[in-house]
Amino acid sequence: MSKVNPDFVVKISGFTEFNAFACMNCGSCTALCPMGIDLLPRRMFRHVMLGLEDKVLENTENVFSCLLCKMCEENCPKDVPIVENIKSIRWYINREIFKLGKG
Amino acid sequence: MAVPIKHVLGILVDNLRIRESVMPLSRRRSIGWAKGLNIPKGGKTVIYTGLMYQLMPSIIAMEKMTSKFADSWISNFYGLGRAINKVISITPFMTWTDAAEKEIFDRILRNIAKLLQVADVDFGYLYEEELYAGALVHDEGINDVFEAHTHKVYKRLKKHNIEKVITVDPHTTDMLKSVYPKIIKDYQLEVKSYLEVLAESNLHPVKRIEQDIVIHDSCVYARYEGIIDQPRQLLENAGAKIIEPLNTKKMTYCCGGPVESLFPIKARTIADNRIEQLASVGKNSVTMCPICFINLKTAAEKNDFSVKDISDYLVEAYCDH
Repeated sequence: MSKVNPDFVVKISGFTEFNAFACMNCGSCTALCPMGIDLLPRRMFRHVMLGLEDKVLENTENVFSCLLCKMCEENCPKDVPIVENIKSIRWYINREIFKLGKG
Repeated sequence: MAVPIKHVLGILVDNLRIRESVMPLSRRRSIGWAKGLNIPKGGKTVIYTGLMYQLMPSIIAMEKMTSKFADSWISNFYGLGRAINKVISITPFMTWTDAAEKEIFDRILRNIAKLLQVADVDFGYLYEEELYAGALVHDEGINDVFEAHTHKVYKRLKKHNIEKVITVDPHTTDMLKSVYPKIIKDYQLEVKSYLEVLAESNLHPVKRIEQDIVIHDSCVYARYEGIIDQPRQLLENAGAKIIEPLNTKKMTYCCGGPVESLFPIKARTIADNRIEQLASVGKNSVTMCPICFINLKTAAEKNDFSVKDISDYLVEAYCDH
């Protein structure tokens, strides 16, 4: 069972601000994703906002599979900065888990 | 067993930090394309390749290796490879490249320089002093290393008193035009893609393109930078009939390239999907990004379908050989 941690979103925002609070879960992003990743971006963003770090880390491969093509962002009715959010999660994993990028 | 993301990214980021490029290239590989073109060194305006086209043969080789070893015992040794790479560059051994592939990418750069010369654009080139702009490391979210690199690139440009750069690919264009200004204080550099520069020039075709061409927009040009009309204008002015595929302009469909280093099999599936869309409306297609070009060209090999870089069409139409 995962524990909710509201501080996690602050940790993810260490380099650029993670901002998915306007997301209303309409599913346009998931429907249009060329990669067909069911989890990205809306469910992943929900994991971040709830602070479910273990859920985020379980899906590291999906996080790095995003094409950053912005098809989802172009069609997001709430203008969520999806690509920047994905990069924030990557930044966190690179720094805290892979120990890359501190040199 | 999947590709070890941590070690693959680690090798790329170590290379950028230690050797100023995600994959170090020899001097000949970096600047060989410009031989015989009489481009002056430096100047207020320079063509900026960002080494993207020159890197493509190495990226192809790395993708082949990653696909081959993704599920084998060899992938256990990526960590060791990374440790060795910090001392001695192993990238040349990992990315053994093909001479014919190198020639394709050198030709594209020569095409672009010739087109700028025909359009009477006064430009120079930094030759061996030009640096990779860091797109891959930025995209993978290794922000600390990327930011340090942006300052190196900007310092190098300012050392040569450069005021304007003409970029040749969408990724370097986006870095220098939209990403760097958010990082570097008082950033002063005019950045334009060669397609914008040519579209604003008085280029006149010397030969007509009598073809129907299916256009594939780059995600970065179309959705990040809004460069959509310029390639169409340049092709149509020379007589080409542009065919718009199912996903086009702002709704273009990715070529799969952005994940080729980590997930080559997924990248291939995306490219196959895109080729299906393009080939359903024509026989000849045009790309304007080195990553789109190689991914789609490889995917099209099994089909009777042509993928050409836009500069190959434009040089035929606008340059008198």
